[in-house]
Amino acid sequence: MRRTQPSALSQLVEITYKRRRLVTRAMMIVLIAAFLVATVPLFSVFFHVVRQGLPALNMDFFTHLPAPVGEAGGGLANALLGTIILVVLASVIGIPWGVVIGIFLSEYGKSRFAALVRFSVDMLASIPSIVIGLFVYALVVIPMKRFSGLAGGLALGILMVPTIARTTEEILKLIPVHIREAGLGLGVPRWKMILFIIVRGSMGAIATGVILSVARVAGETAPLLFTALSSRFWFGGLDQPIASLPVQIFNYAISPFEEWQSQAWGGALVLILFVFVTNIITRLALRRAHGSGQS
Amino acid sequence: MNTMELRETLLDVRNLHASFGGIAALHGISLSVIANSVTAIIGPSGCGKSTFIRCLNRLHEEVPGATTQGEVWLDGQDILSADVDPVTLRRKIGMVFQKPNPFPAMSIYENVVAGLTLAGVRRRSVLNEVVEKTLNLAALWDEVKDKLHHPGSSLSGGQQQRLCIARALAIEPRVLLMDEPTSALDPISTARIEELIGELKREVTIVIVTHNMQQAARISDKTGFFLLGELVEFTDTSVLFTAPKDPRTERYITGRFG
Repeated sequence: MRRTQPSALSQLVEITYKRRRLVTRAMMIVLIAAFLVATVPLFSVFFHVVRQGLPALNMDFFTHLPAPVGEAGGGLANALLGTIILVVLASVIGIPWGVVIGIFLSEYGKSRFAALVRFSVDMLASIPSIVIGLFVYALVVIPMKRFSGLAGGLALGILMVPTIARTTEEILKLIPVHIREAGLGLGVPRWKMILFIIVRGSMGAIATGVILSVARVAGETAPLLFTALSSRFWFGGLDQPIASLPVQIFNYAISPFEEWQSQAWGGALVLILFVFVTNIITRLALRRAHGSGQS
Repeated sequence: MNTMELRETLLDVRNLHASFGGIAALHGISLSVIANSVTAIIGPSGCGKSTFIRCLNRLHEEVPGATTQGEVWLDGQDILSADVDPVTLRRKIGMVFQKPNPFPAMSIYENVVAGLTLAGVRRRSVLNEVVEKTLNLAALWDEVKDKLHHPGSSLSGGQQQRLCIARALAIEPRVLLMDEPTSALDPISTARIEELIGELKREVTIVIVTHNMQQAARISDKTGFFLLGELVEFTDTSVLFTAPKDPRTERYITGRFG
Protein backbone atom coordinates (compact mmCIF):
# COMPACT_ATOMS: atom_id res chain seq x y z
CA MET A 1 0.00 0.00 0.00
CA ARG A 2 1.65 3.20 -1.16
CA ARG A 3 0.70 6.59 0.12
CA THR A 4 0.81 9.58 -2.14
CA GLN A 5 -0.23 12.01 0.57
CA PRO A 6 1.94 12.25 3.68
CA SER A 7 0.05 11.15 6.76
CA ALA A 8 -0.93 13.58 9.47
CA LEU A 9 1.63 12.00 11.78
CA SER A 10 4.55 12.39 9.41
CA GLN A 11 3.52 16.00 8.80
CA LEU A 12 3.58 16.60 12.52
CA VAL A 13 7.01 14.97 12.80
CA GLU A 14 8.23 17.17 9.97
CA ILE A 15 7.03 20.35 11.68
CA THR A 16 8.52 19.50 15.07
CA TYR A 17 11.75 18.54 13.39
CA LYS A 18 11.99 21.93 11.68
CA ARG A 19 11.26 23.67 14.95
CA ARG A 20 13.85 21.60 16.78
CA ARG A 21 16.47 22.39 14.16
CA LEU A 22 15.75 26.07 14.63
CA VAL A 23 16.05 25.78 18.41
CA THR A 24 19.33 23.90 18.01
CA ARG A 25 20.73 26.69 15.89
CA ALA A 26 19.58 29.40 18.28
CA MET A 27 21.11 27.55 21.23
CA MET A 28 24.38 27.14 19.35
CA ILE A 29 24.54 30.92 18.89
CA VAL A 30 23.83 31.45 22.58
CA LEU A 31 26.62 29.02 23.48
CA ILE A 32 29.14 30.73 21.25
CA ALA A 33 28.17 34.08 22.74
CA ALA A 34 28.63 32.64 26.24
CA PHE A 35 32.05 31.36 25.25
CA LEU A 36 33.05 34.79 23.99
CA VAL A 37 31.77 36.49 27.12
CA ALA A 38 33.89 34.08 29.18
CA THR A 39 37.07 34.56 27.16
CA VAL A 40 36.91 38.31 26.59
CA PRO A 41 37.86 39.19 30.18
CA LEU A 42 40.59 36.57 30.18
CA PHE A 43 42.25 37.87 27.04
CA SER A 44 41.74 41.54 27.83
CA VAL A 45 43.38 41.04 31.24
CA PHE A 46 46.19 39.12 29.64
CA PHE A 47 46.87 41.67 26.90
CA HIS A 48 46.61 44.58 29.28
CA VAL A 49 49.11 42.99 31.63
CA VAL A 50 51.44 42.15 28.74
CA ARG A 51 51.30 45.71 27.43
CA GLN A 52 51.92 47.28 30.81
CA GLY A 53 54.32 44.69 32.14
CA LEU A 54 56.55 43.89 29.21
CA PRO A 55 58.49 47.22 29.30
CA ALA A 56 59.40 46.56 32.94
CA LEU A 57 60.97 43.18 32.21
CA ASN A 58 64.72 43.20 31.72
CA MET A 59 67.77 41.41 33.06
CA ASP A 60 67.84 43.57 36.21
CA PHE A 61 64.24 42.69 36.96
CA PHE A 62 65.19 39.04 37.36
CA THR A 63 68.59 39.50 39.00
CA HIS A 64 68.55 42.60 41.17
CA LEU A 65 67.17 43.56 44.54
CA PRO A 66 64.57 46.35 44.64
CA ALA A 67 66.15 49.78 44.30
CA PRO A 68 65.76 52.24 47.18
CA VAL A 69 63.02 54.87 46.84
CA GLY A 70 63.92 57.50 44.30
CA GLU A 71 66.61 55.48 42.58
CA ALA A 72 65.93 54.09 39.13
CA GLY A 73 66.40 50.44 38.18
CA GLY A 74 66.46 47.52 40.55
CA GLY A 75 64.45 44.35 40.24
CA LEU A 76 62.24 41.84 41.95
CA ALA A 77 64.72 38.98 42.08
CA ASN A 78 64.29 38.49 45.81
CA ALA A 79 60.51 38.36 45.42
CA LEU A 80 60.78 35.80 42.64
CA LEU A 81 63.10 33.64 44.72
CA GLY A 82 60.87 34.18 47.75
CA THR A 83 57.79 33.00 45.89
CA ILE A 84 59.63 29.89 44.76
CA ILE A 85 60.72 29.16 48.33
CA LEU A 86 57.22 29.77 49.70
CA VAL A 87 55.63 27.56 47.07
CA VAL A 88 58.11 24.75 47.69
CA LEU A 89 57.47 25.00 51.42
CA ALA A 90 53.71 25.08 50.86
CA SER A 91 54.00 22.01 48.62
CA VAL A 92 56.00 20.09 51.20
CA ILE A 93 53.24 20.79 53.73
CA GLY A 94 50.16 20.76 51.53
CA ILE A 95 50.72 17.98 48.98
CA PRO A 96 51.24 14.98 51.31
CA TRP A 97 48.50 16.22 53.62
CA GLY A 98 46.01 16.78 50.79
CA VAL A 99 46.82 13.56 48.93
CA VAL A 100 46.52 11.44 52.08
CA ILE A 101 43.14 12.99 52.91
CA GLY A 102 42.05 12.42 49.30
CA ILE A 103 43.04 8.75 49.44
CA PHE A 104 41.24 8.34 52.75
CA LEU A 105 38.05 9.97 51.44
CA SER A 106 38.00 7.90 48.30
CA GLU A 107 38.94 4.51 49.76
CA TYR A 108 37.46 4.66 53.24
CA GLY A 109 34.93 7.37 52.56
CA LYS A 110 31.73 5.65 53.63
CA SER A 111 32.00 6.06 57.40
CA ARG A 112 30.52 8.83 59.51
CA PHE A 113 34.01 10.02 60.32
CA ALA A 114 34.83 10.30 56.62
CA ALA A 115 31.68 12.33 56.04
CA LEU A 116 32.86 14.67 58.78
CA VAL A 117 36.30 14.92 57.18
CA ARG A 118 34.75 15.63 53.78
CA PHE A 119 32.55 18.33 55.28
CA SER A 120 35.53 19.91 57.04
CA VAL A 121 37.58 19.90 53.87
CA ASP A 122 34.75 21.60 51.99
CA MET A 123 34.45 24.17 54.78
CA LEU A 124 38.18 24.77 54.67
CA ALA A 125 37.95 25.33 50.92
CA SER A 126 35.37 28.06 51.39
CA ILE A 127 37.22 29.96 54.14
CA PRO A 128 38.57 33.22 52.69
CA SER A 129 42.32 33.01 52.28
CA ILE A 130 42.88 36.09 54.42
CA VAL A 131 41.27 34.24 57.34
CA ILE A 132 43.76 31.40 56.86
CA GLY A 133 46.46 34.07 57.03
CA LEU A 134 45.00 35.40 60.27
CA PHE A 135 44.88 31.90 61.70
CA VAL A 136 48.53 31.28 60.90
CA TYR A 137 49.34 34.73 62.30
CA ALA A 138 47.82 33.67 65.61
CA LEU A 139 49.31 30.18 65.47
CA VAL A 140 52.87 30.91 64.32
CA VAL A 141 53.64 34.60 64.02
CA ILE A 142 52.57 35.64 67.53
CA PRO A 143 54.40 32.82 69.37
CA MET A 144 57.52 33.34 67.23
CA LYS A 145 57.21 37.09 67.70
CA ARG A 146 58.11 37.69 64.08
CA PHE A 147 56.86 37.33 60.52
CA SER A 148 58.51 34.45 58.71
CA GLY A 149 58.72 32.44 55.53
CA LEU A 150 57.69 29.45 57.61
CA ALA A 151 54.38 31.10 58.49
CA GLY A 152 53.81 32.13 54.86
CA GLY A 153 54.54 28.63 53.58
CA LEU A 154 52.22 27.12 56.17
CA ALA A 155 49.39 29.47 55.20
CA LEU A 156 49.78 28.61 51.50
CA GLY A 157 50.11 24.91 52.36
CA ILE A 158 46.81 24.95 54.26
CA LEU A 159 45.20 26.64 51.27
CA MET A 160 46.35 23.81 49.02
CA VAL A 161 44.92 21.02 51.16
CA PRO A 162 41.21 21.18 50.24
CA THR A 163 41.70 21.41 46.47
CA ILE A 164 44.27 18.62 46.42
CA ALA A 165 42.20 16.43 48.74
CA ARG A 166 39.00 16.78 46.74
CA THR A 167 40.60 16.40 43.32
CA THR A 168 42.53 13.34 44.52
CA GLU A 169 39.32 11.87 45.91
CA GLU A 170 37.42 12.45 42.68
CA ILE A 171 40.23 11.05 40.56
CA LEU A 172 40.57 7.88 42.63
CA LYS A 173 36.83 7.33 42.61
CA LEU A 174 37.00 7.13 38.82
CA ILE A 175 38.84 3.80 39.07
CA PRO A 176 36.11 1.17 38.77
CA VAL A 177 35.37 -1.36 41.51
CA HIS A 178 36.36 -4.29 39.31
CA ILE A 179 39.95 -3.01 39.11
CA ARG A 180 40.08 -2.91 42.92
CA GLU A 181 38.61 -6.40 43.07
CA ALA A 182 41.17 -7.62 40.55
CA GLY A 183 43.86 -6.38 42.94
CA LEU A 184 42.28 -8.04 45.95
CA GLY A 185 41.66 -11.17 43.89
CA LEU A 186 45.40 -11.45 43.23
CA GLY A 187 46.03 -11.84 46.94
CA VAL A 188 47.20 -8.26 47.38
CA PRO A 189 46.40 -6.71 50.79
CA ARG A 190 43.96 -3.80 50.59
CA TRP A 191 46.44 -1.08 51.53
CA LYS A 192 48.93 -2.31 48.93
CA MET A 193 46.19 -2.52 46.33
CA ILE A 194 45.22 1.09 47.06
CA LEU A 195 48.77 2.45 46.98
CA PHE A 196 50.37 0.43 44.21
CA ILE A 197 47.44 -0.16 41.88
CA ILE A 198 44.86 2.57 42.41
CA VAL A 199 47.02 5.54 43.44
CA ARG A 200 49.90 4.57 41.19
CA GLY A 201 47.51 4.17 38.28
CA SER A 202 46.16 7.68 38.86
CA MET A 203 49.51 9.37 39.43
CA GLY A 204 49.31 11.52 36.29
CA ALA A 205 45.86 12.85 37.09
CA ILE A 206 46.73 13.45 40.74
CA ALA A 207 49.86 15.33 39.66
CA THR A 208 47.70 17.57 37.47
CA GLY A 209 45.48 18.47 40.39
CA VAL A 210 48.53 19.12 42.54
CA ILE A 211 50.25 21.33 39.97
CA LEU A 212 47.12 23.35 39.34
CA SER A 213 46.78 24.01 43.05
CA VAL A 214 50.47 24.96 43.26
CA ALA A 215 49.95 27.44 40.45
CA ARG A 216 46.96 28.82 42.29
CA VAL A 217 48.67 29.46 45.62
CA ALA A 218 51.68 30.99 43.86
CA GLY A 219 49.52 34.05 43.23
CA GLU A 220 47.92 34.28 46.66
CA THR A 221 48.51 37.60 48.38
CA ALA A 222 46.16 37.97 51.31
CA PRO A 223 47.45 35.06 53.43
CA LEU A 224 51.02 36.33 53.05
CA LEU A 225 50.37 39.91 54.17
CA PHE A 226 50.72 39.15 57.85
CA THR A 227 52.57 35.85 57.76
CA ALA A 228 55.53 36.13 55.39
CA LEU A 229 55.18 39.92 55.30
CA SER A 230 57.70 41.16 52.75
CA SER A 231 61.37 41.99 52.57
CA ARG A 232 63.67 44.22 50.63
CA PHE A 233 66.55 41.81 51.03
CA TRP A 234 67.63 38.41 49.84
CA PHE A 235 66.35 35.29 51.55
CA GLY A 236 67.73 35.22 55.09
CA GLY A 237 66.30 32.01 56.53
CA LEU A 238 62.85 30.53 56.94
CA ASP A 239 62.41 32.23 60.31
CA GLN A 240 62.75 35.67 58.70
CA PRO A 241 60.23 37.75 56.76
CA ILE A 242 60.46 36.87 53.11
CA ALA A 243 59.60 38.72 49.93
CA SER A 244 57.06 37.26 47.53
CA LEU A 245 55.89 38.30 44.11
CA PRO A 246 52.20 38.89 44.92
CA VAL A 247 52.94 40.98 48.04
CA GLN A 248 55.60 42.91 46.17
CA ILE A 249 53.12 43.60 43.40
CA PHE A 250 50.65 44.80 46.00
CA ASN A 251 53.18 47.09 47.69
CA TYR A 252 54.45 48.52 44.41
CA ALA A 253 51.04 48.94 42.85
CA ILE A 254 49.76 51.12 45.72
CA SER A 255 52.99 53.15 45.86
CA PRO A 256 53.07 56.63 44.35
CA PHE A 257 56.20 55.96 42.26
CA GLU A 258 55.79 55.31 38.58
CA GLU A 259 58.91 53.15 38.43
CA TRP A 260 57.48 50.83 41.08
CA GLN A 261 54.07 50.73 39.47
CA SER A 262 55.64 49.67 36.24
CA GLN A 263 57.57 46.93 38.05
CA ALA A 264 54.32 45.81 39.67
CA TRP A 265 52.95 45.25 36.16
CA GLY A 266 56.09 43.32 35.30
CA GLY A 267 55.62 41.14 38.37
CA ALA A 268 51.99 40.58 37.44
CA LEU A 269 53.04 39.48 33.98
CA VAL A 270 55.59 37.01 35.38
CA LEU A 271 52.95 35.61 37.74
CA ILE A 272 50.38 35.20 34.98
CA LEU A 273 52.93 33.58 32.69
CA PHE A 274 53.88 31.19 35.46
CA VAL A 275 50.26 30.12 35.91
CA PHE A 276 49.65 29.89 32.15
CA VAL A 277 52.77 27.90 31.47
CA THR A 278 52.20 25.42 34.31
CA ASN A 279 48.62 24.94 33.15
CA ILE A 280 49.60 24.33 29.58
CA ILE A 281 52.53 22.04 30.37
CA THR A 282 50.39 19.98 32.72
CA ARG A 283 47.65 19.61 30.18
CA LEU A 284 50.07 18.67 27.41
CA ALA A 285 51.83 16.15 29.62
CA LEU A 286 48.51 14.65 30.62
CA ARG A 287 47.32 14.45 27.04
CA ARG A 288 50.52 12.69 26.04
CA ALA A 289 50.28 10.22 28.90
CA HIS A 290 46.64 9.66 28.01
CA GLY A 291 47.34 9.34 24.32
CA SER A 292 50.00 6.68 24.73
CA GLY A 293 47.62 4.80 26.97
CA GLN A 294 45.22 4.39 24.11
CA SER A 295 47.38 4.14 21.03
CA MET B 1 33.54 -39.42 32.06
CA ASN B 2 34.78 -42.47 33.90
CA THR B 3 38.20 -40.98 34.29
CA MET B 4 36.57 -38.00 35.95
CA GLU B 5 35.28 -40.09 38.80
CA LEU B 6 38.76 -41.34 39.61
CA ARG B 7 40.12 -37.85 40.13
CA GLU B 8 40.24 -36.27 43.52
CA THR B 9 37.94 -33.59 44.77
CA LEU B 10 39.81 -30.30 45.12
CA LEU B 11 37.15 -27.96 46.42
CA ASP B 12 34.35 -29.24 48.59
CA VAL B 13 31.54 -26.77 49.19
CA ARG B 14 29.22 -27.73 52.04
CA ASN B 15 25.97 -25.98 52.82
CA LEU B 16 27.09 -22.52 51.71
CA HIS B 17 24.84 -19.60 52.60
CA ALA B 18 25.50 -15.99 51.60
CA SER B 19 23.64 -12.72 51.91
CA PHE B 20 23.89 -9.05 51.10
CA GLY B 21 22.70 -6.67 53.79
CA GLY B 22 20.23 -9.14 55.25
CA ILE B 23 18.92 -10.43 51.91
CA ALA B 24 19.85 -14.06 51.32
CA ALA B 25 21.50 -14.74 47.98
CA LEU B 26 22.56 -18.36 48.42
CA HIS B 27 20.58 -20.99 50.32
CA GLY B 28 22.78 -23.90 51.29
CA ILE B 29 24.86 -24.78 48.26
CA SER B 30 26.82 -28.06 48.33
CA LEU B 31 28.97 -29.30 45.49
CA SER B 32 32.43 -30.64 44.89
CA VAL B 33 34.86 -29.49 42.27
CA ILE B 34 37.19 -32.11 40.83
CA ALA B 35 40.85 -31.27 40.35
CA ASN B 36 41.89 -30.28 36.83
CA SER B 37 38.37 -30.09 35.54
CA VAL B 38 36.14 -27.29 34.34
CA THR B 39 33.02 -26.74 36.39
CA ALA B 40 30.42 -24.43 34.88
CA ILE B 41 27.77 -22.58 36.83
CA ILE B 42 24.74 -21.55 34.82
CA GLY B 43 21.47 -19.89 35.69
CA PRO B 44 19.39 -16.80 35.00
CA SER B 45 20.51 -13.34 36.12
CA GLY B 46 20.29 -12.83 39.85
CA CYS B 47 20.35 -16.54 40.66
CA GLY B 48 23.46 -16.17 42.84
CA LYS B 49 26.02 -17.72 40.51
CA SER B 50 28.42 -14.78 40.74
CA THR B 51 27.92 -14.58 44.49
CA PHE B 52 28.75 -18.27 44.66
CA ILE B 53 32.16 -18.02 43.05
CA ARG B 54 32.90 -14.78 44.87
CA CYS B 55 32.45 -16.72 48.11
CA LEU B 56 35.11 -19.20 47.01
CA ASN B 57 37.89 -16.58 47.10
CA ARG B 58 36.15 -14.61 49.83
CA LEU B 59 35.75 -11.53 47.67
CA HIS B 60 32.06 -11.59 48.58
CA GLU B 61 32.84 -10.54 52.14
CA GLU B 62 34.63 -7.38 50.93
CA VAL B 63 31.21 -5.95 50.04
CA PRO B 64 29.80 -3.99 52.99
CA GLY B 65 26.96 -5.86 54.67
CA ALA B 66 27.79 -9.21 53.06
CA THR B 67 27.82 -12.41 55.12
CA THR B 68 28.86 -15.99 54.40
CA GLN B 69 28.11 -19.21 56.28
CA GLY B 70 28.98 -22.82 55.59
CA GLU B 71 32.20 -24.58 54.72
CA VAL B 72 34.46 -24.72 51.70
CA TRP B 73 37.25 -27.28 52.01
CA LEU B 74 40.49 -26.97 50.11
CA ASP B 75 43.57 -29.04 50.99
CA GLY B 76 42.07 -30.22 54.26
CA GLN B 77 41.21 -26.73 55.44
CA ASP B 78 37.91 -24.87 55.69
CA ILE B 79 38.83 -21.72 53.78
CA LEU B 80 35.85 -19.80 55.12
CA SER B 81 36.98 -20.17 58.73
CA ALA B 82 38.08 -17.04 60.51
CA ASP B 83 41.69 -18.18 60.93
CA VAL B 84 42.25 -18.36 57.17
CA ASP B 85 43.65 -15.08 55.87
CA PRO B 86 41.69 -14.12 52.74
CA VAL B 87 44.78 -12.46 51.28
CA THR B 88 46.73 -15.72 51.46
CA LEU B 89 43.74 -17.69 50.23
CA ARG B 90 43.43 -15.56 47.11
CA ARG B 91 46.93 -16.53 46.12
CA LYS B 92 45.61 -20.10 45.84
CA ILE B 93 42.30 -19.20 44.23
CA GLY B 94 42.67 -16.70 41.41
CA MET B 95 39.94 -14.86 39.61
CA VAL B 96 39.13 -13.49 36.17
CA PHE B 97 36.34 -10.96 35.94
CA GLN B 98 33.53 -10.14 33.57
CA LYS B 99 35.17 -7.03 32.17
CA PRO B 100 38.83 -7.19 31.21
CA ASN B 101 40.54 -5.13 33.90
CA PRO B 102 44.25 -4.64 33.35
CA PHE B 103 45.73 -2.36 35.99
CA PRO B 104 45.92 1.26 34.81
CA ALA B 105 49.28 2.81 34.01
CA MET B 106 51.00 -0.58 34.01
CA SER B 107 52.65 -2.19 31.02
CA ILE B 108 51.71 -5.65 29.78
CA TYR B 109 54.77 -7.00 31.57
CA GLU B 110 53.95 -5.22 34.83
CA ASN B 111 50.37 -6.42 34.68
CA VAL B 112 51.39 -10.06 34.36
CA VAL B 113 53.77 -9.96 37.31
CA ALA B 114 51.75 -7.55 39.47
CA GLY B 115 50.76 -10.32 41.88
CA LEU B 116 54.41 -11.27 42.29
CA THR B 117 55.99 -7.83 42.49
CA LEU B 118 53.39 -6.66 44.99
CA ALA B 119 54.30 -9.71 47.08
CA GLY B 120 57.94 -8.64 47.01
CA VAL B 121 59.41 -10.74 44.18
CA ARG B 122 62.05 -8.53 42.55
CA ARG B 123 64.39 -10.91 40.74
CA ARG B 124 64.35 -9.88 37.10
CA SER B 125 65.24 -13.33 35.80
CA VAL B 126 62.39 -14.94 37.73
CA LEU B 127 59.91 -12.32 36.52
CA ASN B 128 61.03 -12.63 32.90
CA GLU B 129 60.51 -16.36 33.04
CA VAL B 130 57.05 -16.01 34.59
CA VAL B 131 56.00 -13.47 31.98
CA GLU B 132 56.96 -15.69 29.08
CA LYS B 133 55.52 -18.83 30.64
CA THR B 134 52.16 -17.39 31.68
CA LEU B 135 51.65 -15.34 28.52
CA ASN B 136 52.25 -18.57 26.61
CA LEU B 137 49.73 -20.36 28.80
CA ALA B 138 47.26 -17.58 28.12
CA ALA B 139 47.95 -17.87 24.37
CA LEU B 140 49.01 -14.23 24.22
CA TRP B 141 52.81 -14.43 24.03
CA ASP B 142 53.14 -14.37 20.26
CA GLU B 143 50.94 -11.32 19.97
CA VAL B 144 52.68 -9.23 22.63
CA LYS B 145 56.25 -10.47 22.93
CA ASP B 146 57.57 -7.45 21.03
CA LYS B 147 55.62 -4.89 23.01
CA LEU B 148 55.77 -6.11 26.58
CA HIS B 149 56.37 -2.58 27.78
CA HIS B 150 53.35 -1.09 26.08
CA PRO B 151 50.45 -0.21 28.36
CA GLY B 152 48.13 -3.12 29.15
CA SER B 153 45.23 -0.90 28.16
CA SER B 154 46.58 -0.65 24.61
CA LEU B 155 45.47 -4.22 23.84
CA SER B 156 42.10 -5.19 22.36
CA GLY B 157 39.34 -6.40 24.68
CA GLY B 158 40.00 -10.07 23.98
CA GLN B 159 43.75 -9.63 24.43
CA GLN B 160 43.17 -7.73 27.65
CA GLN B 161 41.08 -10.60 28.98
CA ARG B 162 43.85 -13.07 28.12
CA LEU B 163 46.28 -10.68 29.83
CA CYS B 164 44.08 -10.84 32.92
CA ILE B 165 44.11 -14.64 32.70
CA ALA B 166 47.92 -14.56 32.50
CA ARG B 167 48.02 -12.20 35.48
CA ALA B 168 45.85 -14.59 37.48
CA LEU B 169 47.97 -17.59 36.45
CA ALA B 170 51.27 -15.89 37.29
CA ILE B 171 50.86 -16.54 41.00
CA GLU B 172 50.22 -20.24 40.26
CA PRO B 173 46.81 -20.65 41.86
CA ARG B 174 45.26 -24.08 42.43
CA VAL B 175 41.85 -22.86 41.29
CA LEU B 176 40.90 -20.25 38.70
CA LEU B 177 37.49 -18.66 39.12
CA MET B 178 36.04 -17.05 36.01
CA ASP B 179 33.04 -14.76 36.31
CA GLU B 180 31.43 -14.57 32.85
CA PRO B 181 34.87 -13.98 31.31
CA THR B 182 33.61 -13.69 27.74
CA SER B 183 30.40 -11.75 28.16
CA ALA B 184 32.10 -8.47 27.18
CA LEU B 185 33.93 -9.99 24.19
CA ASP B 186 33.18 -10.56 20.53
CA PRO B 187 32.61 -14.11 19.20
CA ILE B 188 36.18 -14.59 17.93
CA SER B 189 37.78 -13.52 21.20
CA THR B 190 35.23 -15.69 22.99
CA ALA B 191 36.22 -18.72 20.94
CA ARG B 192 39.90 -18.13 21.73
CA ILE B 193 39.21 -17.95 25.43
CA GLU B 194 37.07 -21.07 25.34
CA GLU B 195 39.85 -22.91 23.56
CA LEU B 196 42.27 -21.61 26.16
CA ILE B 197 40.11 -22.86 29.03
CA GLY B 198 40.26 -26.37 27.56
CA GLU B 199 44.05 -26.22 27.60
CA LEU B 200 44.37 -24.57 30.98
CA LYS B 201 42.66 -27.31 32.91
CA ARG B 202 45.87 -29.30 32.78
CA GLU B 203 47.45 -26.61 34.94
CA VAL B 204 44.61 -25.42 37.09
CA THR B 205 41.09 -26.28 38.22
CA ILE B 206 38.51 -23.98 36.71
CA VAL B 207 35.14 -22.83 37.98
CA ILE B 208 33.39 -20.68 35.43
CA VAL B 209 30.17 -18.73 35.69
CA THR B 210 28.45 -18.20 32.38
CA HIS B 211 25.04 -17.13 31.21
CA ASN B 212 25.73 -18.78 27.89
CA MET B 213 24.53 -22.39 28.01
CA GLN B 214 26.23 -23.36 24.77
CA GLN B 215 29.47 -22.18 26.28
CA ALA B 216 28.94 -24.30 29.38
CA ALA B 217 28.13 -27.28 27.18
CA ARG B 218 31.24 -26.74 25.05
CA ILE B 219 33.86 -26.26 27.71
CA SER B 220 32.83 -27.82 31.01
CA ASP B 221 33.06 -31.27 32.51
CA LYS B 222 30.42 -30.65 35.14
CA THR B 223 27.66 -28.10 35.26
CA GLY B 224 25.60 -26.73 38.12
CA PHE B 225 22.28 -25.04 37.48
CA PHE B 226 21.44 -22.26 39.95
CA LEU B 227 18.00 -20.82 40.42
CA LEU B 228 16.97 -18.24 43.03
CA GLY B 229 20.03 -18.94 45.15
CA GLU B 230 19.65 -22.71 45.11
CA LEU B 231 21.63 -25.36 43.31
CA VAL B 232 18.90 -27.14 41.38
CA GLU B 233 21.05 -29.72 39.70
CA PHE B 234 24.75 -30.52 39.55
CA THR B 235 26.04 -33.30 37.36
CA ASP B 236 28.18 -34.16 34.35
CA THR B 237 27.69 -31.55 31.66
CA SER B 238 26.72 -34.10 29.05
CA VAL B 239 24.02 -35.44 31.35
CA LEU B 240 22.70 -32.06 32.45
CA PHE B 241 22.15 -30.84 28.93
CA THR B 242 20.74 -34.07 27.54
CA ALA B 243 18.91 -35.73 30.38
CA PRO B 244 18.28 -33.26 33.19
CA LYS B 245 16.57 -34.81 36.19
CA ASP B 246 14.86 -31.70 37.49
CA PRO B 247 12.00 -30.24 35.46
CA ARG B 248 13.23 -26.71 36.27
CA THR B 249 16.60 -27.49 34.69
CA GLU B 250 14.87 -28.86 31.66
CA ARG B 251 12.69 -25.79 31.30
CA TYR B 252 15.74 -23.52 31.61
CA ILE B 253 17.96 -25.32 29.13
CA THR B 254 15.18 -25.53 26.61
CA GLY B 255 14.71 -21.80 26.93
CA ARG B 256 11.28 -21.77 28.48
CA PHE B 257 12.17 -19.42 31.31
CA GLY B 258 15.00 -17.40 32.78
